[in-house]
Amino acid sequence: MSWVKRAPIRFAVILIVAIWSLPTTGLFVSSFRPQSEVATSGWWTVFSHPFEESTWTVSNYSGVLDASGLWRAFGNSVVITLPATVIPITIAALAAYAFAWMRFRGRRTLFAIVILLLVVPIQMTLVPLLRLYTRLDLSGTYVGTWLAHAGFGLPLAVYLLYNYISSLPRELMESARIDGATHWDIFRRLVIPLSTPALASFAIFQFLWVWNDLLVSLVFLGTDGEVATLIARLNELVGSRGEAWHILTAGAFVSMAVPLVVFLSLQRFFVRGMLAGSVKG
Amino acid sequence: MAEVVLDKINKVYPNGFHAIHDLDLDISDKEFLVLVGPSGCGKSTALRMIAGLEEISYGEMKIGDRLVNDVEPKDRDIAMVFQNYALYPHMSVYDNIGFALKLARVPKNEADQRIREAARVLELDAQLEKKPGQLSGGQRQRVAMGRAIVRQPSAFLMDEPLSNLDAKLRVQMRAEIARLQHDLGVTTVYVTHDQVEAMTMGDRVAVLKDGYLQQVDTPQNLYDRPSNVFVAAFIGSPSMNLREATLDGDEVVLGQFRLPIPASIFEARPALRSFDGKRLIVGIRPEDLEDLERVPDPEGVVTIPATVSHIEALGSEIIAHFPLDAPAVDSGDPDAVEEIGEDTMAVGRFDPRSRARARTEIQVAVTMENVHFFDPESHLAIWD
Repeated sequence: MSWVKRAPIRFAVILIVAIWSLPTTGLFVSSFRPQSEVATSGWWTVFSHPFEESTWTVSNYSGVLDASGLWRAFGNSVVITLPATVIPITIAALAAYAFAWMRFRGRRTLFAIVILLLVVPIQMTLVPLLRLYTRLDLSGTYVGTWLAHAGFGLPLAVYLLYNYISSLPRELMESARIDGATHWDIFRRLVIPLSTPALASFAIFQFLWVWNDLLVSLVFLGTDGEVATLIARLNELVGSRGEAWHILTAGAFVSMAVPLVVFLSLQRFFVRGMLAGSVKG
Repeated sequence: MAEVVLDKINKVYPNGFHAIHDLDLDISDKEFLVLVGPSGCGKSTALRMIAGLEEISYGEMKIGDRLVNDVEPKDRDIAMVFQNYALYPHMSVYDNIGFALKLARVPKNEADQRIREAARVLELDAQLEKKPGQLSGGQRQRVAMGRAIVRQPSAFLMDEPLSNLDAKLRVQMRAEIARLQHDLGVTTVYVTHDQVEAMTMGDRVAVLKDGYLQQVDTPQNLYDRPSNVFVAAFIGSPSMNLREATLDGDEVVLGQFRLPIPASIFEARPALRSFDGKRLIVGIRPEDLEDLERVPDPEGVVTIPATVSHIEALGSEIIAHFPLDAPAVDSGDPDAVEEIGEDTMAVGRFDPRSRARARTEIQVAVTMENVHFFDPESHLAIWD
């Protein structure tokens, strides 16, 4: 009875999931098809003759991975993404704690300014920032890109972490103060361990955003093979051979691999982090 | 070990709310002082000022002869137990208890010894590796206590530490905390809204209302000699019956009844004579009202005829409610339960063998020697 009742909902959910993942499925299937096939027929046609050897190939993947400088670009992406995730989280956690639990003059005003920065579109900042970078000799460097990503990510990070950290029970902080804890002790021994869900969920957001970013890396790093990211490199690959989009399909999955691993390994925190603030505990 | 002295302590919030007015308290070494009062009376604020969590607007606070107005909470050598325990959820019981020692850089083996000793006293030995989330309410409460005692502070501050426990556990922990405090001999300030806790635990009890100290005295003195109507009604359960009356010579006119006042009362309360012919407030504790049938020697006893409205048989006693034709007085306790629609009910605590039942007519004996008198204008007790 209950199964019958729930069946329409289940069917609807499965349908939505199927529709939602259709493009990705198509992309995935295409990435294993030979170039000639991709160019001439739709990906769904594979299901009419799925067991013929000529239907499938891994040459797209070998094409991508062998492409010049791709591994280098992959390494660049890692080198850029990790600090660009860790730096804003560290700063934002400190700022959020200060805004939430320290009393100082101008606290509210300062916090309001940080929140207002959320509405500034990053495109507006690109030109002045690039000028500044050129003068400071930061253009085309990792440090410059870390700082840019950190800056763009900070307002949201401060806002999210503030919401979480300010909802921690006041008595915990007071009890710790009486126990002899300094602000630094409270931050390090209480706030950080108790904020893991919020920290992890923001870490995922920031990681995905930086990893998948093209705009910032293109502006501040360029496509120079020495420092270009994986996404920039793939973009170039497709851009230089517009017709070779069979390469792009495989490239997309290569670039997706890392975020997927990150997401799956942190998703336990991610789901909990989504609930953060709604229910205490 | 230290005494805690509050000298004209005031708390004024930035929005102008004056929470505490000229609070004077002299808490001696090893004393267990209970701050009690209805919600919003300022008792928690007072405690938080002793802890250093709230700033003192003006007045002086001393802990062990040291002026602590501007001393940080961590430097006041106090330990505090919070209502919701404030345990660190990600730490084991062991680490919770040892947190302060770790911060104070107490050597590991000494800290270990002190943590295990505290755990032993509180019977937490078996729980040391658990997280607070795995503990029962009573155990969490004990961990909170453990965190306080392990530091060997000069004063304990407790903010309604038992109010999150169920009734039975509360009675048990009440005794345990009182015993522990006695054994350790640490000056303790304990905040509660429960007058039973206040009466049973405190060496002395300070009653607060609207930020003003009403009276501070031993539990028995508070009960026997309440200084005003509020304290009289707040201390004791069920509450004292408070009625408007008039003094006429040696008699008090209570509604349609004239009750003779014994000479002993006029001796104890010389000022009472000056109220001759004037209005005053009469206070009669429920235990000073008894079913006449249960009075061993009924000769010459003052009685009031009454029709019982309803009774609560508690086994050890019977609480009888009956109408009394005299205006009731509002004691000013915001938490007091008002008897809706029957605001003139008087309450008597009868012997369990009393045959008083709802709608029966009885004679209620009044122990006139124990009756209290208050000034209707100032609400102060009439003494001398």
